[in-house]
Amino acid sequence: METPLLSVKSLTIGIRRPKGSDTIIVDDLSFDIQQGERFGIVGESGSGKSLTLRAIADLLPKGVKVLSGSILYNGAELVGMPTAQRRKLMGPEIAMIFQEPMTALNPVIRVGDQIAEGPRRYLGLSKKAAMELAIEMMAKTGIPDPARRARAYPHELSGGLRQRIMIAMALSCGPKLLLCDEPTTALDVTVQHQVLKVLEELCDDSGAALAFVTHDLAVVNQTCSDLAVMYAGHIIEAGRVKDVFSDPRHPYTKGLLDSAPDFDQPDRDLVPIPGFPPNLAARTAGCAFAPRCAFAVDACTVAIPPTLEVAPGHKAACIESERIFEGILA
Amino acid sequence: MTETPVLRVADITKTYHLNTSVLARITRKDDKQSSLHALDGVDLQLNKGEILALVGESGSGKSTLAKILVGSATPTSGELDYHGEPMPLHRNKDASRRIQMVFQDPYSSLNPRISIGSMLKELLVLHNIVPKSEVRAESIRLLNLVGLEEDALQAYPSQFSGGQRQRIAIARALAVRPDILIADEPVSALDVSVQATILELFATLQRDLGLSILFVAHNLAVVQHLSQRVAVMYLGRIVEVAETEELFRNPRHPYTRALIDSIPRMSAESVNEEFFLDGEPPSPFNIPAGCRFNPRCPYASDACRTTDPALETVAPQHESACIRASELDTLALTIKPRRTGNTAA
Repeated sequence: METPLLSVKSLTIGIRRPKGSDTIIVDDLSFDIQQGERFGIVGESGSGKSLTLRAIADLLPKGVKVLSGSILYNGAELVGMPTAQRRKLMGPEIAMIFQEPMTALNPVIRVGDQIAEGPRRYLGLSKKAAMELAIEMMAKTGIPDPARRARAYPHELSGGLRQRIMIAMALSCGPKLLLCDEPTTALDVTVQHQVLKVLEELCDDSGAALAFVTHDLAVVNQTCSDLAVMYAGHIIEAGRVKDVFSDPRHPYTKGLLDSAPDFDQPDRDLVPIPGFPPNLAARTAGCAFAPRCAFAVDACTVAIPPTLEVAPGHKAACIESERIFEGILA
Repeated sequence: MTETPVLRVADITKTYHLNTSVLARITRKDDKQSSLHALDGVDLQLNKGEILALVGESGSGKSTLAKILVGSATPTSGELDYHGEPMPLHRNKDASRRIQMVFQDPYSSLNPRISIGSMLKELLVLHNIVPKSEVRAESIRLLNLVGLEEDALQAYPSQFSGGQRQRIAIARALAVRPDILIADEPVSALDVSVQATILELFATLQRDLGLSILFVAHNLAVVQHLSQRVAVMYLGRIVEVAETEELFRNPRHPYTRALIDSIPRMSAESVNEEFFLDGEPPSPFNIPAGCRFNPRCPYASDACRTTDPALETVAPQHESACIRASELDTLALTIKPRRTGNTAA
């Protein structure tokens, strides 16, 4: 296989404590994203999905650090890369779209100027050319009357338009990897539909790969080709979206799918997952999901289960996978 | 429906006025831009023991309607009947007890400085629900009802997770023995696995206590699972009401159809992309003439731009406010979806 665009290996993110043990938030995470791939990262609040994305963009909150592991972008190591050099990657190579466009945009600068800033800095365009590009990008994201809207301030625009501005901004320098942190969670369902469409179309046109973090399984199903399911800082299942959805091999993934209302199966009962996510500051030995898992056996609480290939291109971190999903396997 | 609905609103309007200076008021010719029509003639009834879902985009007036029903906002005009009797504009203690509310965000709707026990006690004593000696037992009963244990009484909201807080908020609403529960997006702040437990709780409460529940939501997949009837709201008006199954199988308003087609699906085979809705809802400061949906509607005809359609019965138990409701089925195949980017203003 060719070199992946992004290769995350044994990435561990946490809070370093001067005394005692560190708090590990994301533990030994590995995944690859190929050129042009659409990769979804799914999990509930606190599973570490957003922090993983932020680590790639070097936007970890203060105090939270990459403790070990590596992030290779096109073969170049991002962990420990000098800030100046890394910054040059952000924009022309890697760009990010945030959940809440109101707080991610600068409220006192016109949106056109905000979009044009990247192309001026990284592509060396003149002020005029950059603004033309900005307006062109706005038109591509489906903003009506882009030339006029470019002179608007963020507060003058609706949520959907702001998110389109974010997309235009992120794609203005032609990045190869687009990081999306719940880009449509704050939007209404009809607007979400429009924004996802625009995002897909533009990624298809430019060939950019997508790393898409969300908690909405249905959105992943419609947007991504591959996914990783995270629980308590681990990837517990990964594979092609349609394989994982039709044949989940980890009890947590199955629990998530069973608890989410499916529009196409209105009569199916929703089965909640009992219990609560673990406290990351007091991790116990063994599988993090074991206390909530209906299938847990003694061996589950001894060691963290290894990630096993359960089918071609489909991995799950569950030692009991074969037993639990025997019925499905047949 | 022969039985009297437990709650009925007729032609409710709510208009908010912006604070404009005297000078601006004198110089401006029309006051269209300074008044916001949050609700513009809402007719709705909640039947006994049912879960009625109210769906719509942000700004459609769902929450304003919920506030009016619960009495925390007063309508500008219109009628509000409770069990067939007009509800007084200023509710007394007993009247306000009957309709209770559960809010969207369980992190901000509970007072962080009051323990769960004293929160429930305050309500039970104030409304004389049980004699003082039984307050503790009643509090425990309420907690058990929502799936919490006795030890929650001494705890403070910060000690609970989001899902547990929402249970506490529901227990608080139930403490005064209401017969109507208004739930304003009660699960949208919760994770999926927790969301399912709260939805289950609502279904149990409806079944066991015979509560009538108005469930405000924007997630249609949730609505489809929980409710018996659905009312769709657009820009301050109800545009379609029907029984859940009927509404999803046979939507008779283009907006409902657009909402249904926008739902992200869980299985790969079911990707519905036929119907694509342009733009975003217009501002409630400036509601379009004619049908309020016409600028975004792919089926809009000239008549739609001039007539403001009323909610009319199109099938048994099914009302829609669209003048072309009866032809919608045939139109679907002939009109192509419009592309994004050319919003009709």
